[in-house]
Amino acid sequence: MIQLTHDPIDYYRLTEEVRRPGCGGVVTFLGTVRDLTDGRRTAALDYEAYPAMAQKKMAEIERDVRERWPVGELMMVHRLGHLEVGEVSVAVAVSCPHRDQAFEACRHAIDQLKLIVPIWKKENWADGTSEWVHPVSP
Amino acid sequence: MNVPIRLFARARDVVGKDVVLVELQPGSSVGDIRRRLEAEFPQLKSLLERSALAVNDEFAPDSSTIPSNAEVALLPPVSGGS
Repeated sequence: MIQLTHDPIDYYRLTEEVRRPGCGGVVTFLGTVRDLTDGRRTAALDYEAYPAMAQKKMAEIERDVRERWPVGELMMVHRLGHLEVGEVSVAVAVSCPHRDQAFEACRHAIDQLKLIVPIWKKENWADGTSEWVHPVSP
Repeated sequence: MNVPIRLFARARDVVGKDVVLVELQPGSSVGDIRRRLEAEFPQLKSLLERSALAVNDEFAPDSSTIPSNAEVALLPPVSGGS
């Protein structure tokens, strides 16, 4: 299941929802708002999505992960709007029969999400300035 | 035809609007949209070069043709992170 939300992410509930009797491995990844980037202090982040396309791309990632690993259940949630330092911006929970599969599936899901899902973040620096983060590709 | 282009993040801030209308000949391509945006909004140039365009919620190469009633979006690079 995939979701975009403006509400805090309940990652305990998310983790519980992917647990299955046939799955001995559950991996939950949380992306949280970091306080320092290259020595600059962050006050808060704003996340913005192109919602229809973001949901479509997240659904594609879910299908892809399910094709490649024996997934019991997968939940992928991204938060939008204004987030303070320490808050959870994204969560991916995956269950698989074995832990290697769960780790790989979760890693693939979050890496793809960061690559192809149109969600942007704006850094609101502690010095009062702000800027959208649009990295130059390597 | 007038095609609405949705703008996000810094692109929207730079232009000051979240949708701009671009007039195109039928049969125009995604590359034509890029050139029109660059001509109308020179301040977008450097970001435009690094941005993708989406047509009907799918990444679209410059060579692809814009269908009628398409929803087009300019997508600056996503935040990535590691």
